[in-house]
Formats: sequence, C-alpha cells, structure tokens
Amino acid sequence: MADVLEEIQGEIRDNKVVLYMKGTPSFPMCGFSAATVKVLREIGAPFKAVDVLAEPEKREAIKEYSNWPTIPQLYVDGKFVGGCDIVREMHGRGELAPLIRSAVQAA
Amino acid sequence: MVNPDEIRRRIEVALPGARVEVADTTGAGDHFEVQVAAPGFAGKGLVEQHQLVYGALGTLMHEIHALSLRTSAS
Repeated sequence: MADVLEEIQGEIRDNKVVLYMKGTPSFPMCGFSAATVKVLREIGAPFKAVDVLAEPEKREAIKEYSNWPTIPQLYVDGKFVGGCDIVREMHGRGELAPLIRSAVQAA
Repeated sequence: MVNPDEIRRRIEVALPGARVEVADTTGAGDHFEVQVAAPGFAGKGLVEQHQLVYGALGTLMHEIHALSLRTSAS
C-alpha cells in the first residue's frame, strides 16, 4: 500500500491539476467522472487524468489519502478540491476557473 | 438496497437539527440525491460538510452506488 500512496503523492505534487476518475477523459466510464471532465474542459486548463479502473489498488488508496469515499476526485495545486458535486457547485459559482487558472499560471 | 429513511436517520443522528431530504432517483435503492441543511455546517467548507455526511452514512456508503449531495449551513 505504501508505494501506491507514494505514487499518488507524486502525481498530486508534480501536476497542477489531477483528476482521479473512472475511465479516461475521452472514454469516461461513469456519469460523475464524465461531468467533471466536462467542467475541466469548459475551463480549458490542462489536467492529468488517472483512470482508477485501470489501477484498482490506487482506487482504494486515493479514498484513504483524502478521506473521501468516492470517485472522481479533483486536486488542484496539491490540494483536494472535491468530487463531482463540489466541482460543479464551485464552477456554477465561478470559483473553480480562477482557482485552476491561478495554479496553472503560477507554474 | 438502501432505505432512504435509514440515510435520513443516520444524518439526523450525526448532525442534530439538520433538515435532510433524501430522494431515491431510480427506485433501485442505490442511487440517491440528498440535501442537508445543518447548523453544524456553519463556518465549514464544502469538502468538510460532505465528509461529515459521508462519515454519518458510514458503511451505507458501500451499498450506495451513486450519491448526489448538496449541503448548506442553513
């Protein structure tokens, strides 16, 4: 379990925007993952997608890492932002785009 | 097969004074929309509010396939 947690820490540290999801951005395998990808594409910032269906051990480890029981999970600038509900709620209030753009531009 | 009343009960126990609405969106007992307005959320961010609800639901989370959650402090 330790190495998968290290792998997660590396992914979150080395990428400004990381989405742990079911499937891939072009072939999401769950409605919530697809809706989150849609929001990120609307914002237009690059993001690293991690398909937890392809890595079952990581699918469980990420839930422990963030104390969040579901997938998808979005991380910006090393911090957990939320799942689909929170991403959509923040986007609806116009809070997500500035958060992501400032993180990406700061790179 | 999760009973909506059980979802409501666990949240009300964990968050005194909460107003909880639970909708089974497919009738199959595993896709739910839940709204929680709780004084206990005041001053907490959305992530923390949702974590409090997930914590209240505990093991039920393993039986719930899809949970759409909206929370607010009032």
